[in-house]
Amino acid sequence: MSESAVTVNIVERAARATPDAVAQRVRGLSDRAIAWLFISPAILLLLAINIFPLVWTIRLSFTNFRANRPNAKILGVGIGNYVSVLNDPDVWAAMQSTAHFLFWTILLQTVLGFALAWLVDRRFRSHGFWTTVILVPMMLSPAVVGNFWTFLYQPQIGLWNYAVQFLTGVPAASFSMIGSVKLAPWAIVVVDTWMWTPYVMLICLAGLRSIPGYIYEAAEVDRASPWRQFWTITVPMALPFIMLAVLFRGIENFKMFDMVNLLTNGGPGSTTEVASITLKREAFEKWRTGYSSAFAIILFVTVFGLANIYVKALNRVKSR
Amino acid sequence: MDKQVARIAGIAAAMMTLSLAPSAQAQSKQLTLCWAAWDPANALVELSKDFTTKTGIAMKFEFVPWTSFADRFLNELNSKGKLCDLLIGDSQWIGGSAENGHYLKLNDFFDKNGISMKDFMPATVTGYSEWPKNTPNYYALPAMGDAVGWTYRKDWFSRPEIRKEFKEKHNRELAPPKTLDELKEIAQFFQRRVIDGKTVYGAYVYTERGSEGITMGVTNALYNYGFQYENPKKPYEMRGFVNSPDAVKGLEFYKSLYDCCTAPGLTNAYMQEGLDAFKSGQVAMQMNWFAFFPGLYKDPNVGGEKIGFFANPAGPKGRFTQLGGQGISVVSYSNHRAEALQYIKWFAQPEAQKRWWALGGYSCHKSVLNDPGFPKSAPFAQDFLTSMGMVKDFWAEPSYAQLLLSMQKRIHDYVVAGKGTAKEALDALVVDWEKVFKEDGKI
Repeated sequence: MSESAVTVNIVERAARATPDAVAQRVRGLSDRAIAWLFISPAILLLLAINIFPLVWTIRLSFTNFRANRPNAKILGVGIGNYVSVLNDPDVWAAMQSTAHFLFWTILLQTVLGFALAWLVDRRFRSHGFWTTVILVPMMLSPAVVGNFWTFLYQPQIGLWNYAVQFLTGVPAASFSMIGSVKLAPWAIVVVDTWMWTPYVMLICLAGLRSIPGYIYEAAEVDRASPWRQFWTITVPMALPFIMLAVLFRGIENFKMFDMVNLLTNGGPGSTTEVASITLKREAFEKWRTGYSSAFAIILFVTVFGLANIYVKALNRVKSR
Repeated sequence: MDKQVARIAGIAAAMMTLSLAPSAQAQSKQLTLCWAAWDPANALVELSKDFTTKTGIAMKFEFVPWTSFADRFLNELNSKGKLCDLLIGDSQWIGGSAENGHYLKLNDFFDKNGISMKDFMPATVTGYSEWPKNTPNYYALPAMGDAVGWTYRKDWFSRPEIRKEFKEKHNRELAPPKTLDELKEIAQFFQRRVIDGKTVYGAYVYTERGSEGITMGVTNALYNYGFQYENPKKPYEMRGFVNSPDAVKGLEFYKSLYDCCTAPGLTNAYMQEGLDAFKSGQVAMQMNWFAFFPGLYKDPNVGGEKIGFFANPAGPKGRFTQLGGQGISVVSYSNHRAEALQYIKWFAQPEAQKRWWALGGYSCHKSVLNDPGFPKSAPFAQDFLTSMGMVKDFWAEPSYAQLLLSMQKRIHDYVVAGKGTAKEALDALVVDWEKVFKEDGKI
């Protein structure tokens, strides 16, 4: 018996086994209805775990609700929470810390990531092995990274301090990366850069590998120097990928929490208290649920707005 | 064939019924006790075996590390969870837990079962059981007495060459300090001294930022310099008390101690880091909770004859120390209230309290603490008694978390990050606290 005959046989048997009522019902469905049937579980899930909490948070942001006082009366406070958040100097201090962290991590990761991608793209001997080695940090859990960098930064036993002593002669125990007001903001920048530069490298590498070789060949025929090729071919053609990497890292680092929490817990003082740590403290330690909901919405709108502007810029670059 | 299948199914069903029956029975006779994961919790596990033997009620324990203790269990209470039947919660939780109905009020139960709060140390009753404070409304039984105390390296203090050098320098014997100034002097003396070929440091003090660490440390200086939470005659009036000139001096003292005499890198350190620093032979003196002292005394490297203990030294305005410890409460959402109350009744008995102390827990019961043999029952017992007679506690208001986190921020900003002055830090703290009490409608 041929394969097609077996298939027909199975289909016929299945059709015969299907009760008429069910068959009629399924046959009665339009393509659109079937499409809805298939995507409805995903939509329901999205509504339940994304949209509903968002709507609920917006609602709470206009109240004085505190999750640790279930018996207290919930009163509407209008835009009071939003005004409080925007007038809170601690919130602005946290936003400044976030901006510092965001600016330097993105700058360093983009420069280093692109440089690494460019080197790896040279396809030198054992480049595959080195690519894998470079990717290792981003495969680690932020919790693990936070914990072991805490040890690396330890003034008495930490390898970082000993490396600095070896290179500069500054005594290892004389400075504390995560305990000093001046050094702590850089300590978190260093760790995040170490961890996520490979990610930027990976995206940039995809961009570099997407550039057709014949363009370089044509440039060489025109006797363009490698420097000129880099600035007029490599950078412009990889730019959409670089911008995409910046977007991803920007969104991620705007809401950075775990690694900073483990490394410095926002300290010393409030030096490295990025916005997400302030938000966590307000929401789950001080239990100012209404206030923190307003803060969360402000952060959401900020990220969403900035990301939208950025995506439009990205599309313009891509269409050039 | 069908008969055989039916027979097998019947046997399987019978076996399942048999296996489920006892477990269902055991489940109804099981209590879950929630607490922090630390040395005394192990002692409580041991002690609770007696309860199980006497009553047949099995005990299950949920111990969470201190760093996530408050987050975990306050979330549990706020969500009206049924995980914990009994909870040994922090003393500062009592206000919020009483007002929000998380803890069962125990007055009637105490009356019916002859449990008298007069049998417990007054400071622990006020600290762990009462809400509002100083009123006979009880929501917990004092379970684990605790306060901040100090350990020191007795072996270093007794070395002739060190003693000689100290005497030449300070014209007095090297001995456990009686005042905070003496403590700083000793800490300075040991700072970066090389002992047995290793650089050591003067003192270990709390600096932790995230939960309660630096507040629990700094108050031991603040209280003794004259800091008060509020006007004793007018509740919630804080100006001139929280930020009084004396309080400013107290805060400056703590910063100077941190700056001059602590090991580098301890910028976010609490109990465990203190234990690590002391056990690894890094520090001459360590601030920590009495709860850890039995374990430290048993430590093979720094315990025994090598370790000494002293209560928090006096400051210019008196001698006080920070209260720690907890009471045991019945969670009102528990499905096993009767059994939980049975546990409280058993735990309140003098015999259980005596065994509790013997196993390494700190009893608050007078029958234990007033026993003539108690001061000599452990090398730190007398200091514990002294400390419990001079404890002060942080706010226990329902908004304690907000009050605590404001203090954590203001103090850490000044002491560790070196931002502003002590006066500015305490002024800012008053503003923060006034805001909280205004929101609560208390001022």
